[in-house]
Amino acid sequence: MAASPTPTIDIESLGLDQGALLLIRRALAERPVGGELRVRGQSPDWRMHLEAWCRSQGHPLRFETAEEATVTRGPHAEGRWLGAQSTGFAQGDANGAPAEDAAPGWGLAARGATVEAGSPPFFFALYRRDEVWAATAGELYRQAAAAQWDPGTAIDWDAPFDLPLAVEAAVVQVMTYLIENENAALLVPARHLGQIHPHFREVLQLLALQCSDEARHVEVFTRRATLRGHQPALSTAGGQASLRTLFDAPDFSVATFLLAVLGEGSFVNLLNFLQANAPDPVTRQIARLTARDEARHVAFGMAHLEYRLSVQPDYQARLRNAIEVRYDTLASTAGLNEEVFDALVLLAAGELSPSAVARGHAAVQQLQRDMAAGRRARLARLGFDRDEAQRLSDLHTRNFM
Amino acid sequence: MSEPTLIMGAVAYAPKVVTIWEGFKAFFVKNGLPFDYVLYSNYESQVEAQFDGTLHLAWNSPLAWVRAERIARSRGQQVQAVAMRDTDCDLRSAIVVRADSTVQSLADLRGKTIGLGALDSPQATLIPLDHLRTEGLVKSRDFQVRYFDVLGGKHGDHIGGERDAALALMAGEVDACCLIDGNHLAFGLDGTLPSGSTRVLARTGAYDHCNFTTSPGAPAALIDRFVSLLMAMRWDDPQVRPLLELEGLREWRAGRTSGYALLERAVDDEHFYDGDGRITNPDYRY
Repeated sequence: MAASPTPTIDIESLGLDQGALLLIRRALAERPVGGELRVRGQSPDWRMHLEAWCRSQGHPLRFETAEEATVTRGPHAEGRWLGAQSTGFAQGDANGAPAEDAAPGWGLAARGATVEAGSPPFFFALYRRDEVWAATAGELYRQAAAAQWDPGTAIDWDAPFDLPLAVEAAVVQVMTYLIENENAALLVPARHLGQIHPHFREVLQLLALQCSDEARHVEVFTRRATLRGHQPALSTAGGQASLRTLFDAPDFSVATFLLAVLGEGSFVNLLNFLQANAPDPVTRQIARLTARDEARHVAFGMAHLEYRLSVQPDYQARLRNAIEVRYDTLASTAGLNEEVFDALVLLAAGELSPSAVARGHAAVQQLQRDMAAGRRARLARLGFDRDEAQRLSDLHTRNFM
Repeated sequence: MSEPTLIMGAVAYAPKVVTIWEGFKAFFVKNGLPFDYVLYSNYESQVEAQFDGTLHLAWNSPLAWVRAERIARSRGQQVQAVAMRDTDCDLRSAIVVRADSTVQSLADLRGKTIGLGALDSPQATLIPLDHLRTEGLVKSRDFQVRYFDVLGGKHGDHIGGERDAALALMAGEVDACCLIDGNHLAFGLDGTLPSGSTRVLARTGAYDHCNFTTSPGAPAALIDRFVSLLMAMRWDDPQVRPLLELEGLREWRAGRTSGYALLERAVDDEHFYDGDGRITNPDYRY
C-alpha cells in the first residue's frame, strides 16, 4: 500500500510575521506528534522565521528546496493541556445549576472553559453552591440588567414645587436616613461579592447590579437632600449601630437574610409610603424607581434562602438565632430616631396643622403595620410557622432596616 | 554530616531569574538534590567565581563559556558543558537593512554605520562582526559601528540592545542592524519592525548559546544528579512548565561544545579576551 502523501501548506508570499504563523500552526495541529507537514513559501524571510519559530517550539525542521521545508510536529504542544480541568458547563447542569463546589484552580476562568493544569489557585471563601446560589439568580440578573435607569434623565429634577421650610427639612432628614441605609445596602453585598467564586456568575452579576442600584440610590437621595441648598441632616448612634450588625453578620446567607429579607423588605414598604405620601413630585419619582430596584433585591434574598433551606433545612435555626442575637445587640439602642419618625409624619401631613399631623401620624402607623405584615409573610414563606413568624417579626429592629 | 550542597551561579539579567531559580531550587530539593544558587550581576564575576571555589557550576552565556574554558586551559584544568536548552542549539543572527535601503549586498555596507547590540553580545555584536570580517569587512576600517550597549556584563541576554538597534534602524540613525533571527520574527510580530519594512542582507553561520558549565573539580556525583534531574523535567508537568517557559525552552539537552567555533574566532579577532581568558577589550564596562 502506498504511503499517504505528506500534507502540504502553501503560505505563498505571506510572511510569518504577517499571519502565516496562524496557517502553519493550524495545519500542524492536524498532524499527529511525529507527523510531518510540508510548508511552501515565497516571502523573503519565511525560511529564517520558520527556522527560528520551529526552534522555539521544539518542532524539527529540514529544508527540501529553497521553496519547501518539512516540519515534524514536536511532542510538546499537547503537553500544555495534559491534566487540564473542565469547569462544568456554561449553562449549568440539566437544572441550570452550577457545580456544587467550585475548585480554587478554576480561578477566574469562564464557566465551561478548559483550564490549564498549574493555573494558580484563587481562594474564594464562598465556593460552595449552597452558600450563595438561588434558582432564579439568572432570571433576576436579566431583569436587573433590563431595569437600570439613569438618575440624570429618569427623574425630572426641575419639576416645580414649593414646600414650607419645615416640610423641606423633613424631606432632608428622611433622605439623610435613606442614604445611610443605602450605604449599608451597597457595602454589605459588596463585601461578600469579592469572596464569591466566579463560577457562580449569575449571583456575582446580580450582586454587582445590586451594588450599582444602591450607588444610584445614594446619588438620587443625596441630590434630593441638597436640591434646595440644604446639607444632609442628622444621623444617630442607634441607627448606625443597627446597620453595623449587618456588617458583622457572620456569613453571606445570614447577611442576606438580615439585609434583604428583613431590612430591604421593610424598606420597600417605606419607599411605597414615600411614593404615596411625599409632598413633592421629585421625591415621589425617586421613591417609585428605588422601590422597584429594592423589590428585586428582596426577591433574590428570598430565592437564595429558599434554595439554601431546601438543601439544608436545619439552617433555619441559624436564621432564628441571627434575629435574636441582633435584637439583643440592639436592645440598649434607641431604635428609629424621633427626628426620622417625626419627619415621616410631617411628610405625610404636608403641613403643621393638627388635622394634617393626625393624618400623617395615622399614615406612619399604617406603614409600621404594613412592614410587620410583610416581614411575617416572608418569614412564613421561609418555613417559620405563624406564631414564630410573628415573634421574630416583632424582634426586628425598630430602625426598619 | 549533612550531604554537601551543589552551588550554582546565575546572572540576574532580569527579575524573572529569581523566579526561575527559586522554582528550580524547589524542584531539585524536592527530588533529593541539595541545591542552592548565587546570583551575579555579570558573567565576568561569575566565571571568576568558578575558579575560586565558590561555585560548582554556572549557567553561562556562550561568551562566559569561552572565557571559562580559556581560564581553565591556562591553568591546566578542565571545565565541561553538561547541559543546554533545546533552543540554545543552532541559532543564527541576521544583518538587516531597511527595505528601501540602497544597500543590496554586504559590500555596500562600506562606509556605512551598523547598529550592534551590547559590546559583549555574542548574537548582536561579536558573531555578526565575525561574519562581516569573513566577508572582508572590518570594523572601523570598512564601516562604522554604533553600540546599543544595554546592561554590560550580561552578554547580550537582555533584549533591549537589539530592540534599540532595530528602532535606530527604523529611525534612519543606522544603515543596518544585527539581531538574532528569532528577534527579527518577534519584532515583526510586535510591530517594532513592521513586516515588510526590512530586508535581511545576510545570516551568520549557526552557533550555540548558553550551557551549564562545571567548575574545575566539581563534585561529579552531584553534577550527575543535577543533569539527570534536568533531563527528567517535562514540559507537560504543570509544576515545571511555567519555569521552562520563563527560561525559554521545551526540553533540556546534553551539553555540546561543537557550536562555539564562530564565537571563539570572534573573541580573538575582536580582542575581547586573550588566550588565557583575560579581558582585553579596554572599552568593556560591566
